[in-house]
Amino acid sequence: MIRRTLARLRSMSRRERRRLAAGLLFVSPWIIGFLAFKIYPVVASFYYGFTFYDIVRTPHWLGLENYRDLLTDRQFRIAIANTGYYTLLSVPSGLVAAYLLAFLLNQKLYGRSLLRTVFYLPTIVPTVSSAMLWLWIMDTQFGLINATLASLGLPGIPWLSHPSWSKPSLVLINLWYVGNTMVIFLAALQDVPQALYDAGKVDGANWLQQLVHITIPLTTPAILFTLITGLIRASQTFSFPYILTKGGPADSTLFYALYLYRTAFVYLRMGFASAMAWILFIVIVIFTYLVFKSSGRWVFYGSD
Amino acid sequence: MTDESLRSTHEIELESRRTAWQARKRHVARKHTVGKLLLSLAVYTLAVSFFLPLAWLLSSSLKNDKQIFALPPIWIPKPVMWSNYVEALTSARFDLFFRNTLLIASVTSVGVALSSALVAYGFSRIEWPGRDVLFFFVLSTMMVPYQVTMIPLYIVFSKLEWVGTYLPLIVPYFTGSSFYIFLLRQFFRMIPMELTDAARIDGCSELGIMWRVILPLARPVVTVVVLFRVLDAWGDFFEPLIYISRLRQYTLSLGLLLFQGMYFTEWHLLMAASAAITIPVVIVFFFTQRSFIEGVTFTGLHGV
Repeated sequence: MIRRTLARLRSMSRRERRRLAAGLLFVSPWIIGFLAFKIYPVVASFYYGFTFYDIVRTPHWLGLENYRDLLTDRQFRIAIANTGYYTLLSVPSGLVAAYLLAFLLNQKLYGRSLLRTVFYLPTIVPTVSSAMLWLWIMDTQFGLINATLASLGLPGIPWLSHPSWSKPSLVLINLWYVGNTMVIFLAALQDVPQALYDAGKVDGANWLQQLVHITIPLTTPAILFTLITGLIRASQTFSFPYILTKGGPADSTLFYALYLYRTAFVYLRMGFASAMAWILFIVIVIFTYLVFKSSGRWVFYGSD
Repeated sequence: MTDESLRSTHEIELESRRTAWQARKRHVARKHTVGKLLLSLAVYTLAVSFFLPLAWLLSSSLKNDKQIFALPPIWIPKPVMWSNYVEALTSARFDLFFRNTLLIASVTSVGVALSSALVAYGFSRIEWPGRDVLFFFVLSTMMVPYQVTMIPLYIVFSKLEWVGTYLPLIVPYFTGSSFYIFLLRQFFRMIPMELTDAARIDGCSELGIMWRVILPLARPVVTVVVLFRVLDAWGDFFEPLIYISRLRQYTLSLGLLLFQGMYFTEWHLLMAASAAITIPVVIVFFFTQRSFIEGVTFTGLHGV
């Protein structure tokens, strides 16, 4: 391969070579960053995954021991279950809510841009501020929700203070952030050619049939994109479990990213944490691949 | 009377059929407006419920320490405690936190915009062998979870003695960021090649072309990049968390967390501090929302 590249370099015209040099020069900041901040760390963390490393002492080779320990680590299994639960609930609910909102906003209503702003606004609020706000709104005694319920004579719900409610609460909070996805769906909806709807109406399709047979199929590329990015993001959820519940109560919100963070920066078990990080990486790649594979069957790209 | 009797039965039949059709059209139009009204009602109700948490944030931030715990919940505080903001922001060095965050935000936004533009230019405005293959690598880095790279990076920075400085938070942004490179490259591609060809014939250097031809045209997208990065830096929580330990260097997110640790029962002050951090960002958003949302949809649509 190297011989082939060298031969190719030699056979290039002067202009081609100049363009290659220029291209590489422009791209060089990224190449440097890629090597230093992506390639090196990825390889290094793969290596660390097989060692015991607390930064202070030099890494101590352990072979597969980290991975074997993970299999029997109770909190690791809890973290996977919690993250899986959250991802499985938050991603579909988020996508459906975003799609529904986008669909509603796409009807010619008054004040559309104001509505769009209101739905998008939550995604602008700084993470920690949001966390404090939701901590307060979901406070079991004095929070807005329970206080309102109490004033109606209804019992309060232990949103963040009971293991059975903590994860559902996080899923609910996540719904507040659908603005981002909604905006993407809105643009995709607006790209559906009106001619198709007109043809559908001529054939006597009602609004539901139009939705199912025209709107949804033509927006499947956007659905694929948001599905994949949503899965990737959900599996790395850290901030709210860290700030709101600190992994509790009773490890019910011990998410994968939180457990990883603790293992690395609190217990200083860098090797163990690296192994965890790689498992996450591989799982994400597998799931992304599976979703992509399946997409051939349900994604519909334009001009068929 | 005599006129009517002169009308043929045919005319009378036509007339009655016409009025029936008009009545049906009116009925359908009325059903449409009723439908639209119900739809508007649904959407506006949702919009109000989305806005409620933010309204509650503001409302709580202006209550005194008695009204904050009132049951049933009070929405309009009396008296309006503007002093909460003063008290909250002076109880911790928020002026310092604000300055630190602003520093990081401004430096990284300029850095990432410039470097990403350079790289995006290389990937879109120059034809060179291997360009698109390399770009695929740019995209693929977005799939690597940050947990994989964060541990070795932390170790490297720790060995370089960069931990406890802002360097780990700033330097990587000068090598471009996959997301912004992607965004800018998609936009640059849309500019006709004739423009750059003409400039090249006129003897302009590549850098000159980028600076004088492409960038002025790409001002909206570059603005989006700067905005996104500023917003991200404002609410950024994780990187400051692991790299900054001295109070003097705290950013707003860390400052707010610290504040919560100190005043966790004084919700009115906590809400004031949270609101104080949120308001600047919301204001900026209001003035730039169109560019913002366009930026999001641009990547979302051309993402797959």
